Amino acid sequence: MRLVENGRIVEDRYVRVDDEAPIPERVPVIVSAKRFLADAAALVRRDGSLGVAWPNDKRVAELEPWLGHIALVVLVFPKFKDGRAYSQARLLRETCGFGGTLRAAGDVLRDQFHFLVRAGFDSFEVKKDADARAFAEVLARYSVYYQDGADGREPALRRRLQSAPPVSNTGETV
Amino acid sequence: MTSPLDQKIRISGPVMVTANRVGDGAVVYRSADARWSTDLADAAVTSDAAVARELLKSAIDDDLNAVGSYIAPVKRTETGRFQPGNLRELIRWRGPSIVLPAGSSVPSLVLQN
Amino acid sequence: MYVYDAFDRTLVAERVAEFRDQVARRFSGELTEDEFKPLRLMNGVYLQLHAYMLRIAIPYGTLSSEQLRMLAHIARRYDRGYGHFTTRTNIQFHWIKLDELPAAMADLASVGMHGMQTSGNNVRNITTDQWAGVAPDEIEDPRIWAEVIRQHVTLHPEFSFMPRKFKICVGTSSHDRAALRIHDLALRMHRNDAGELGFEVMVGGGLGRTPYLAKTIKPFLHKRDLLSYVEAVLRTYNQFGRRDNVWKARIKILVHDLGPEAFAKEVETEWEAIKNGTLALDPAAVMEIAGRFIYPDYARLDDNPPELAEKRRGDRRFAAWLDNSVANHKAPGYAIVTLSLKPEGGTPGDCTAEQMDAIADLADRYSFGEIRVGHEQNMVMPHVAQRDLPAVWRALDEIGVAGGNIGLVSDIIACPGLDYCSLANARSIPIAQELTRRFRNIDLQRDLGRLHINISGCINACGHHHVGHIGILGVEKNGEEFYQITLGGKADEDAKLGTLIGPAVPYAQVADVVEDIAAAYLELRQRPDELFIDTVNRLGVEPFKERVYATR
Repeated sequence: MRLVENGRIVEDRYVRVDDEAPIPERVPVIVSAKRFLADAAALVRRDGSLGVAWPNDKRVAELEPWLGHIALVVLVFPKFKDGRAYSQARLLRETCGFGGTLRAAGDVLRDQFHFLVRAGFDSFEVKKDADARAFAEVLARYSVYYQDGADGREPALRRRLQSAPPVSNTGETV
Repeated sequence: MTSPLDQKIRISGPVMVTANRVGDGAVVYRSADARWSTDLADAAVTSDAAVARELLKSAIDDDLNAVGSYIAPVKRTETGRFQPGNLRELIRWRGPSIVLPAGSSVPSLVLQN
Repeated sequence: MYVYDAFDRTLVAERVAEFRDQVARRFSGELTEDEFKPLRLMNGVYLQLHAYMLRIAIPYGTLSSEQLRMLAHIARRYDRGYGHFTTRTNIQFHWIKLDELPAAMADLASVGMHGMQTSGNNVRNITTDQWAGVAPDEIEDPRIWAEVIRQHVTLHPEFSFMPRKFKICVGTSSHDRAALRIHDLALRMHRNDAGELGFEVMVGGGLGRTPYLAKTIKPFLHKRDLLSYVEAVLRTYNQFGRRDNVWKARIKILVHDLGPEAFAKEVETEWEAIKNGTLALDPAAVMEIAGRFIYPDYARLDDNPPELAEKRRGDRRFAAWLDNSVANHKAPGYAIVTLSLKPEGGTPGDCTAEQMDAIADLADRYSFGEIRVGHEQNMVMPHVAQRDLPAVWRALDEIGVAGGNIGLVSDIIACPGLDYCSLANARSIPIAQELTRRFRNIDLQRDLGRLHINISGCINACGHHHVGHIGILGVEKNGEEFYQITLGGKADEDAKLGTLIGPAVPYAQVADVVEDIAAAYLELRQRPDELFIDTVNRLGVEPFKERVYATR
């Protein structure tokens, strides 16, 4: 597993802390949702960045009141076919306005990179080294999307309206 | 989806292992020397569950060459050769039981009664 | 006819390049089959009994002649000279090689065609009826709305890994020709009391092991809210649909388990949060899409021109075909022609490369270059001038698609079944073929009238047997093929699931059973013009059951 952020493999600043283990001081940590909810008020006051690992079968609305104090949310793809975390990501970004780091963990393969980016993830625990190395190259493959995406690209519909020429009605294809 | 290896292997007669070739999807049979052949005559046949299991495992591991391996029944004909042991395998062996629209299919499968 | 532009083409081309890379990684071993399988499925590439199968999307069943010629090319170059039109208005090729697929996909991309999302746990081909844009009873062209949705759900980052597949259907006619209520999500356009146009939203239809008809969760949705509401439905499904059991993963199960009201409430809550956001449909955006549907420049013609009337009088076979296969068109002087892909002894829905080329030529000459495909597995030439009908008929007859059996007992809908499909328990095609032989007499067929037979080779119900007037489901018993018979299903606005009439019958008896059912109908009907389905509805299945099982 390699962590990819900003298109490159990076070291993970965050330390994952087990539920029973003491939380180190002043170090960015990731705690489980269970631990977080049991002790949220204290955890958000702690000195040091806070990350929460949220399961994919739990509503992210529960996390919403705290998002201003959370630097990182980790969402999970137990198998890449289990796409619940895509909805969680969009809810966090768009409905809740979460501005921190959103990390994808679990079964994260290169063929999901562009979906993940467009859903709002900006940090990736990539399962295979070769996929991690190819991150930037893989993303460059796609230039056109139909929908709005979290990557800020204009969807095709709006690009068409902005670009001038009306389409010919002669039946000729462009 | 459970792997065929996870299921208990029950044998009640001779079986072989079959799959589809990766490149072109052609029906292939696992031989005793761990190859894939389109010729049923090359198929390793066994009536022993443990042997069948080994055959299947080696087939599944060979997923670079063939996919979807599973154990399928065969039956012995009067001449001592093996034929597929159920309709599905007969159809895989000989092609669809119908005449294809643009010409005839591979020599005919007798429609069952 | 939707005109693809540079954006559409680029998207497809990029997808082809991605798939080429995925195939290479599969062959090199970098991807295992477990990793590759979902990726190939997202491009419509299945592994079946004999070979790979490629399913190509035909959005809302509309094809240009150029596209049809490309399908003929695919059939010849990469397959065995024919293709199969499906009950979801897609086309399948059953003999594809994986190592040739990138090339085939590049060919298809050159005419704007692809297999994206014809498989996998995403939103599948959005269907509508094959008379869209030309039916006299439609409010407006449903394909515009199908295209609005299609673009939104194509490679959608949130909805590409849902619990299971998701099928959407759009209808705008009073008569439902698209089988709306068997879809996961159906949108029926209508006018509210204020005279505004909007959609009735129905969710949770689907056949298969647990068949359901879709329930209305929102009686009226404004056009402006279409995408945001669809998004809310999909998001609710993606989050809460079951993922533990593949037989319980469709949205119909979620709707049933929560109850339609609770489900609707969940959707509404989500919708409230997003309805005024970027998904609110800007009329300019809809106009942009609508504007890229090219409509024919119809000539000003009269209905029932003299050439037609004269030919009808003089040629009994032509007259019969006219009555059966030609329907009224919204433009005066024009007609909608249905081509029968159900010849005697043939495979329902199959079409050879030669036929495709010939039909494409005919479409260029007589149908403004446009062809349609319907879920009944027949084709349509949607813009034929009535004065051209005699010439069109002669040409179609030569091609073998003027059987004049549309909607009759030999117009059978069938899945590929055990002859092709790795999911099947029993064969369906030989059953269909034998039935067309038993009922070859066209006068008998006309006497029986409208009678829909649907055949599925397994419980996945791709032949839609639950909604057939006569439904036939293949099952396996002790290594033998048996068939369950249902009666009384309907796929239209009065949709209904069929009723099982008794124990499954063996392969060799199925055609006899259907003949018995037909004979019973002829005896039991109140009048010659009481339709089979109405006789069944009136009397229930008992009298038919007695007849069938008296000697079995």
